Amino acid sequence: MTELRQRVAREPEAPPEDKESESEAKVDGETASDSESRVEAVSLPPSADDTPEVLNRALSSLSSRWKNWWVRGILTLAMIAFFFIIIYLGPMVLMMIVMCVQIKCFHEIITIGYNVYHSYDLPWFRTLSWYFLLCVNYFFYGETVTDYFFTLVQREEPLRILSKYHRFISFTLYLTGFCMFVLSLVKKHYRLQFYMFGWTHVTLLIVVTQSHLVIHNLFEGMIWFIVPISCVICNDIMAYMFGFFFGRTPLIKLSPKKTWEGFIGGFFATVVFGLLLSYVMSGYRCFVCPVEYNNDTNSFTVDCEPSGLFRLQEYNIPGVIQSIIGWKTVRMYPFQIHSIALSTFASLIGPFGGFFASGFKRAFKIKDFANTIPGHGGIMDRFDCQYLMATFVNVYIASFIRGPNPSKLVQQFLTLRPDQQLHIFNTLKSHLTDKGMLTAATEDK
Amino acid sequence: MWELRHRGGGGPGPGGEAASPPREGEAAGGDHETESTSDKETDIDDRYGDLDSRTDSDIPEIPPSLDRTPEILKKALSGLSSRWKNWWIRGILTLTMISLFFLIIYMGSFMLMLLVLSIQVKCFHEIITIGYRVYHSYDLPWFRTLSWYFLLCVNYFFYGETVADYFATFVQREEQLQFLIRYHRFISFALYLAGFCMFVLSLVKKHYRLQFYMFAWTHVTLLITVTQSHLVIQNLFEGMIWFLVPISSVICNDITAYIFGFFFGRTPLIKLSPKKTWEGFIGGFFSTVIFGFIAAYVLSKYQYFVCPVEYRSDVNSFVTECEPSELFRLQSYSLPPFLKAVLRRETVSMYPFQIHSIALSTFASLIGPFGGFFASGFKRAFKIKDFANTIPGHGGIMDRFDCQYLMATFVHVYITSFIRGPNPSKVLQQLLVLQPEQQLNIYKTLKTHLIEKGILQPTLKV
Repeated sequence: MTELRQRVAREPEAPPEDKESESEAKVDGETASDSESRVEAVSLPPSADDTPEVLNRALSSLSSRWKNWWVRGILTLAMIAFFFIIIYLGPMVLMMIVMCVQIKCFHEIITIGYNVYHSYDLPWFRTLSWYFLLCVNYFFYGETVTDYFFTLVQREEPLRILSKYHRFISFTLYLTGFCMFVLSLVKKHYRLQFYMFGWTHVTLLIVVTQSHLVIHNLFEGMIWFIVPISCVICNDIMAYMFGFFFGRTPLIKLSPKKTWEGFIGGFFATVVFGLLLSYVMSGYRCFVCPVEYNNDTNSFTVDCEPSGLFRLQEYNIPGVIQSIIGWKTVRMYPFQIHSIALSTFASLIGPFGGFFASGFKRAFKIKDFANTIPGHGGIMDRFDCQYLMATFVNVYIASFIRGPNPSKLVQQFLTLRPDQQLHIFNTLKSHLTDKGMLTAATEDK
Repeated sequence: MWELRHRGGGGPGPGGEAASPPREGEAAGGDHETESTSDKETDIDDRYGDLDSRTDSDIPEIPPSLDRTPEILKKALSGLSSRWKNWWIRGILTLTMISLFFLIIYMGSFMLMLLVLSIQVKCFHEIITIGYRVYHSYDLPWFRTLSWYFLLCVNYFFYGETVADYFATFVQREEQLQFLIRYHRFISFALYLAGFCMFVLSLVKKHYRLQFYMFAWTHVTLLITVTQSHLVIQNLFEGMIWFLVPISSVICNDITAYIFGFFFGRTPLIKLSPKKTWEGFIGGFFSTVIFGFIAAYVLSKYQYFVCPVEYRSDVNSFVTECEPSELFRLQSYSLPPFLKAVLRRETVSMYPFQIHSIALSTFASLIGPFGGFFASGFKRAFKIKDFANTIPGHGGIMDRFDCQYLMATFVHVYITSFIRGPNPSKVLQQLLVLQPEQQLNIYKTLKTHLIEKGILQPTLKV
């Protein structure tokens, strides 16, 4: 066991920051030989600074505190600009970016697990974690592809077989990983291995399912992807600013820097921002239309007749506001009302995702998830508030915007047995007749 | 901090008491070192969190729980030696469990569903209790409440998704139920979120790591036990035979592998379970395939087992009456040449389902044991002999069901891939939720399709 820890201490790749946390965690119950390596670990210098040389030179004259501010600010603008570029490039690139972010988040969390459990050298474990990631992604992508690319899949014979037995193939792949895990259990490291197994699965549950829900939202229309994410980002920034200028009452013991003033100010600012943003975006077809795969051109198209949600409608203003603004009616998109719900969620519940991540970092004594983005920390640090947002948007769409997908239902119907098809058809017929939608006259058309 | 450990030592679980003295002895040495760290609040997390980085041998054992053998049995067997006494207890309990199983099958699908539900709750309870003992987290604020709350949420979600499909006609009648079904996902998500926010608000300064561990432990347990149990219920609705044959195959494999290992066992199979042998494994495989074959033949005759379970609103109960599908109708198969020579018959009539039962039995014998090895590894990792002491001579409910883990998922995946496509009741339910205009469109599409295929006669009037 000491061997394992010393090997980790000499590991060049592990960031020195984590070594400090390791050494604190190792404090208890250590033997004399261990304390030597601990002393070495504690005296390691702070983590490598990833800030590009360019920035370092440009800001070398400023004091350390302002320099940190400027680095954060520049990186924030860089990330936002990057976000706009990706949106411009289209849904396919967006999907790939979501995929990359997911892999990086998974990598960050798993690396923390390795550092916590000193399990870097456990046999097989790195391979198995990545293998499980691959399996779960294969399963989810297969389900998505089968739904949205139905005609393409039906055309190509190998794809059709893969799609028909998709669940069986995914399950077999997962089983192989499971059996490999059982066979790789080593006598003295059972507990560690089980911990890493559990850690991997919880990470998959959080990271991979969220990212696939994001992609589902994206296919619904890019506006369902952009507005929620921007609301969370806006809430982050606005809460910070309000807290900076007006902050007085602390919000929660977990994050001592958050204040009630920041929270409430951020809430109102985000709702207003959401309203404005959805007003601007609802005008453009490329954001509003569901992403479809066009068989003829073999590419993604976003072209359609905007649905009722994205057509301007007149709303009567309630008496209270009428006296203030002086207008009788206002023209807005129905989607803007939904955006209020989305922004409210982003401001009120989104921060809980942030608190969860803060608690996690305190529990495992790390300052940041990783050091990918200078001044900001790892990718997970930027995306921690988005955890719950993607699930909420997906559930919201499924419950309030549209029901099940009609074309998907037709596809499912076509795969049933004839007697089942007949049974469903007859039930549907009697249901429609009861509702008065179907009469003998329409029947003959 | 000392208080927490003392309270943990005097806690209700009988296993907790003996565990604390060894820990206190070790921790006493560690205490001096913790004084040197500047951050006092890390004390408890470090101490218990340090469990993670030690080797298994450093972790003290949790002592065995009380013996729950009923007094009757003890008196009846008092004359025998200890070894035979253990045998007899195990044997009697095995027979009791099997008879209980038969009784519940006789009582019908609804009782089976309740049985599956109670087993799931008990398994969850057992695994969570182990987590409490490992982390001495019995007294963490809120945690017991939150674990049970999450169990409730996930069960509510799954029952709404699966079982509600089968009650589509019943649900259409009641207004409130329709509301619950339409917004089911949203309601489940809101319930889960409430639990999540309560967890975040309940994080207490010195116990962060413990609380995160218990949170993750709860979620992994839910993933294993609750999803499996719901897949079992879905298999059940497909037809009771899809529930009975897999479960009996696993049980048969357990018993026959043990018997073969007892009489012929020589070569050890895997280091994790030293008692398992290759002879037992292979013997169990062949006997399970034969057993599955015969059980499938016997059960396929009865409509009670073969028909999908339906809820009839007129009689307000579950019925299993139908025209048996092709799988369950005798067909003649021509034997391959080498079998022809052996059996001296040209053809054999059997149910197509029996061929599927070979696949199910093969999985039960080859892959099912991995679930058992997983559970053995888990018990060794956390130094427990049995999951609990519910069943005398056998251990906890989880001990009996560990090999069933993967079986339910396999059967479900098998059914959806090879037997039928998507669940017809679900398709119907989703159809009924659509907007009327969409329904009409779909109706017209379906009608054209059915007429093309000749399933529907074009001249049929309403």
